[in-house]
Amino acid sequence: MEIENFIPAKYFCEVYKVDASFVDSLKEYGLITIVVYEEIEYIEKEKLNELEKMIRLHYDLNINMEGIEAVSHLLNKIDTLQQEINALKSRL
Amino acid sequence: MEFIDYYKVLELNNTATEAEIKKAYRKLARKYHPDLNPNDANAKKKFQQINEANEVLSDPEKRKKYDQYGKDWKHADEFNNYQRSQSNKQQSERSSQQWGGGDFSGEDFSDFFGSMFGGQGNGRRSQTKFRGQDFNAELQLSLSDVFTTHKQTLTVNGKSIRITIPAGVENGQVIKIAGHGGEGVNGGPNGDLYITFSIVNNTKFKREGSNLFSEVELDLYTAVLGGDITIDTFDGKVKLPVKAETQNGMKVKLKGKGFPVYKREGEFGDLYVTFKINTPINLSEKEKELFKELSKIRNNGN
Repeated sequence: MEIENFIPAKYFCEVYKVDASFVDSLKEYGLITIVVYEEIEYIEKEKLNELEKMIRLHYDLNINMEGIEAVSHLLNKIDTLQQEINALKSRL
Repeated sequence: MEFIDYYKVLELNNTATEAEIKKAYRKLARKYHPDLNPNDANAKKKFQQINEANEVLSDPEKRKKYDQYGKDWKHADEFNNYQRSQSNKQQSERSSQQWGGGDFSGEDFSDFFGSMFGGQGNGRRSQTKFRGQDFNAELQLSLSDVFTTHKQTLTVNGKSIRITIPAGVENGQVIKIAGHGGEGVNGGPNGDLYITFSIVNNTKFKREGSNLFSEVELDLYTAVLGGDITIDTFDGKVKLPVKAETQNGMKVKLKGKGFPVYKREGEFGDLYVTFKINTPINLSEKEKELFKELSKIRNNGN
C-alpha cells in the first residue's frame, strides 16, 4: 500500500466536517472502500471526488443512504450508456 | 440587467415561510443538481438560479432587502446606508445551503445578485477545505492526429499546459490531468482538469476501437481471376493478393494494419477490407459478344 495515495478516514472527517458515522454508513452500504493499515482506516484519495459528491447529496440535498446508493447506481448506468453512445457515434 | 423574481424561481409566493423556502429549494435542487445531471448545461444553469434564489430568500437580511428593493435594485445603496444605521442589530444566523466549494461559487451568481448583495454568497461549510473546482475542456483532434503519440500545448484558464496525447485515444474519451483544475478552497487541494477528446474522422476509414474498416473497389476481372492490387492503409499502401472468384462484399483482414491500441506501444488493431466489385460499363461489341458466349456456357451467370 502506497500511503501517499490514501488519507486517514478520521482526518477526512475533520477536514470535511462530517460525522464519522457518515463514513461508516457509506462503508456499510458499500459506497466506499475503507483500507485498514496498521489499525488505521484510510480512504483512497482517488475517491475524494465521489465522496464530496456524496457529502453534497447527503448534507445539502437531504438524501439518505438508500437514496445515495440508488443515485450512485443510476449515475454509473448513465456513464456506461454515455460511453456506449460515444462508441456508436464514432461508428457512424 | 434584469430583475430576477427569486420567489418565482423557487415556485413560491412572497409570503413563504423559512421552512417552505428550505423545502422548495431542496425539492428543486434534487431535480436540477449538477451531481444528478452530469453534463447537462441547462440543469446547471437552472440550479445556479435556484441556488441564488435560496441564497437570498433563506437569509432574513437579504430577503428583507430584496423584498424592499428587489424591483428597484438601483436604490440598493440607500438600503445599505439604512443598514449601517442599524449596526447594532444582531446578525441573524444563516441556514443557507450554499456550497462551501465545489462547482458553484459566488462567481456563478447573476449581475442582479452582485448589484444588490455585492457578489459572494456565504457558505454553510465555508471554513471547510474543499478540493478546487474540476475543469472540463474539450479538445478536437482529427483521426490522423491520434494515429501517433504527440504532445500538444493547451491553454486552460490562462495557463499553458503541455500534454502528451497517446496514440489510439478514442472519441469521447476523457483523460484526467491531476491538479490542473481550480484552486482549492480554504487550503484544499486543487481540482483536476478533465479533457474530453472529440475526434473528427477526416479519412475514408471507419474506426471501431483499434480496428479499421475500409471499402476497396475491385474490377470484375481481378475479382473473377484473382491478382494483386495495391490498397491504402492508414499510414501507407500495401500490396494485397486477391483470390480468384472473390465475391462482392467479401471481407479480408489485414492483421496489424489497423489503429494503434491505446497505451500499448507497438500494438495495432486490424484492418478489414470489404471488396466492392465494379462491373464494366460502355462495353464494346466485341466484349458484348464474349459475354454472350460466356452466358451460354453458364446459365444466369451463377
